[in-house]
Amino acid sequence: MLEIKDLHASVEGKGILRGINLEVKAGEIHAIMGPNGSGKSTLASVIAGKDEYDVEKGQILLDGQDIEELSAEERAHKGVFLSFQYPIEIPGVSVTNFIKTAINANRKAKGLGDMPAKDMLKMIREKSELLEIDRKFLSRSLNEGFSGGEKKRNEIFQMAMLEPKLAILDETDSGLDIDALRIVANGVNKLKSKDNAVIVITHYQRLLDHIVPDFVHVLYNGRIVKTGTKELAHELEEKGYDWIKEEVEA
Amino acid sequence: MAFEDTVDVNSSVHDVRDKAIEIFEDKGFPSKREEDWKYTSLKSILKHDYSVFPKQENAIEYNDVKKYFIHDIDSYKIIFIDGKYSSHLSQTTHDGIDICLMSSALSKPKYQLIIENYFNKVATKDGLSSLNTAFSKEGAYIHVPKNKLVQKPIQIIHFSTGNESALMLQPRNLIVVDENSHVQIIERHQSLTENPVLTNSVTEIFANKRAIVDYYKIQNDKQSASLIDNTFINQKRESHASVHTFSFGGKLTRNNLKFYQNGERIDSTLNGVTIIGDKQHVDHNTLVHHIEPNCESHQDYKGIFGDQSTGVFNGKVVVNKEAQKTNAFQSNNNILLSDKASINSKPQLEIFADDVKCSHGCTIGQLDESAMFYMRSRGIPEKEAKALLMFAFSNNVLNSVKIPEIKQRITKIIANKLGVNLGFDL
Repeated sequence: MLEIKDLHASVEGKGILRGINLEVKAGEIHAIMGPNGSGKSTLASVIAGKDEYDVEKGQILLDGQDIEELSAEERAHKGVFLSFQYPIEIPGVSVTNFIKTAINANRKAKGLGDMPAKDMLKMIREKSELLEIDRKFLSRSLNEGFSGGEKKRNEIFQMAMLEPKLAILDETDSGLDIDALRIVANGVNKLKSKDNAVIVITHYQRLLDHIVPDFVHVLYNGRIVKTGTKELAHELEEKGYDWIKEEVEA
Repeated sequence: MAFEDTVDVNSSVHDVRDKAIEIFEDKGFPSKREEDWKYTSLKSILKHDYSVFPKQENAIEYNDVKKYFIHDIDSYKIIFIDGKYSSHLSQTTHDGIDICLMSSALSKPKYQLIIENYFNKVATKDGLSSLNTAFSKEGAYIHVPKNKLVQKPIQIIHFSTGNESALMLQPRNLIVVDENSHVQIIERHQSLTENPVLTNSVTEIFANKRAIVDYYKIQNDKQSASLIDNTFINQKRESHASVHTFSFGGKLTRNNLKFYQNGERIDSTLNGVTIIGDKQHVDHNTLVHHIEPNCESHQDYKGIFGDQSTGVFNGKVVVNKEAQKTNAFQSNNNILLSDKASINSKPQLEIFADDVKCSHGCTIGQLDESAMFYMRSRGIPEKEAKALLMFAFSNNVLNSVKIPEIKQRITKIIANKLGVNLGFDL
């Protein structure tokens, strides 16, 4: 589904990704871990198509197609979804209206008309129940005055509504208490199927107890320096990242 | 000269007009040498050979102009076509309240007392207002006696047909709201062709004791039309007055908006949203004069400037020595969408009292790139994402509009202007 080949990316002339290779197949869950500043969020943004990063070398292939030239919205139309580490507040636009706008924009890109209001309401009801989201929450301004946990839950709610092919969860666990973490992870697991894939970016292993990865990659200095299974996450939790750094620098 | 055909019963109005002519002859049109006009030049709009009184009466059909009305609410209507009253399009009343014409108020004895007490009493004696005082023939006259809640909003619309090659209009409105009464007014100027129109409007509003006045100005005219709006509000104790100014259209728009608080526990609100592009120019020049203690004023102006458009915000707050415990807030936030757009923002605070809370803030920035990326990553195209951000930016002001149909209309005008269809009402 996703194939990243020797990806180099920089922001304002500063190299951040220095040769990433990664293959994610349909049905898989990949975790990307690594110390602060290793390039995790950059990788997520580059896949989703943020303008300010320059891809200097390498390729990002989605279902075999190079998506480098596609805008962020075109990538979304192809099924890429990014759950933000810091979701943006949009005063005056309710959660419901925002997701309606997003869904209908995606449908329009596929040549479909607006989703009938009845279907939209039904879908909103189902997905908000899945994430234990209160009805009142849906009429609030998007992310405005939301707690950290509410913001993240709202991200996963949007993911549930948009049904992406490839979901990238950037530090979705930060700011979540244990109950919210369980709800969010449960939501992600229910949305998981053999046809889609998830990349979980995290510092900590605790989210991976709930969303169990098939592969764990360690990103350091803009490169994937180690790949393993979920046991690698436990090892990192126990030992920290210093041994990885030493291994790389040795 | 110009008034040989009108008979003002009120001789004091004659004197006022004579004096106004003298003042205008002395002061003339303002130039950029004056501090208050530093960033706004009238030169380009004064070059046309305007006719001041149209040669013929022009008629228009309601269906052709329905879209310029807030037509989904029941309302009183005072409608003018090329400066002349259109009884056909209007809906006025004398049933307990007077919602009618300036020309009848100036010529009929029963209005004499109000005219003597209020006409030209709060308007400043500057050149442009004096020009209007001297030459104005028509406008809206609204008098709400005490303890009246005017059930329906009043729409004042000035149409220009373009049947003159260039037209200058001098509308004059007088609004007197007596003790404990409440009125809501919507004002609009609309030209129907591309022929140049220059409107120099004066509106005097008197909000007497505990009165509530809510005034909405929808400025979305063609780019061949320019507007100089001079609005003066005199407030008495415990009154609440608000003016919302939505500026989207026009070639040059200058809003002179002056509030005078003559009493205690007065509340004044001045809100505005400006969204312009091309070579449009919008200048907000506001004054709130706090004269007595325990009063509040709130100013919130948002501006979004694209292409080569230019904006000015000059907000003056004066707090007299006696006006202790004043709360005066002012904020002016701007977004520049292009390198060639500009905004000059100048807060001016003159505070002579020592126990007051006064704040002002001004920001100038660009559209938030991370917010744009957030929305686009959800599949929302760039144009729609921009529009949503602009709505979000204007949200505080849009939300303070008390009539939902006006808010919906403003939202639609903005969406049309930005070329997006949001598919929902904000």
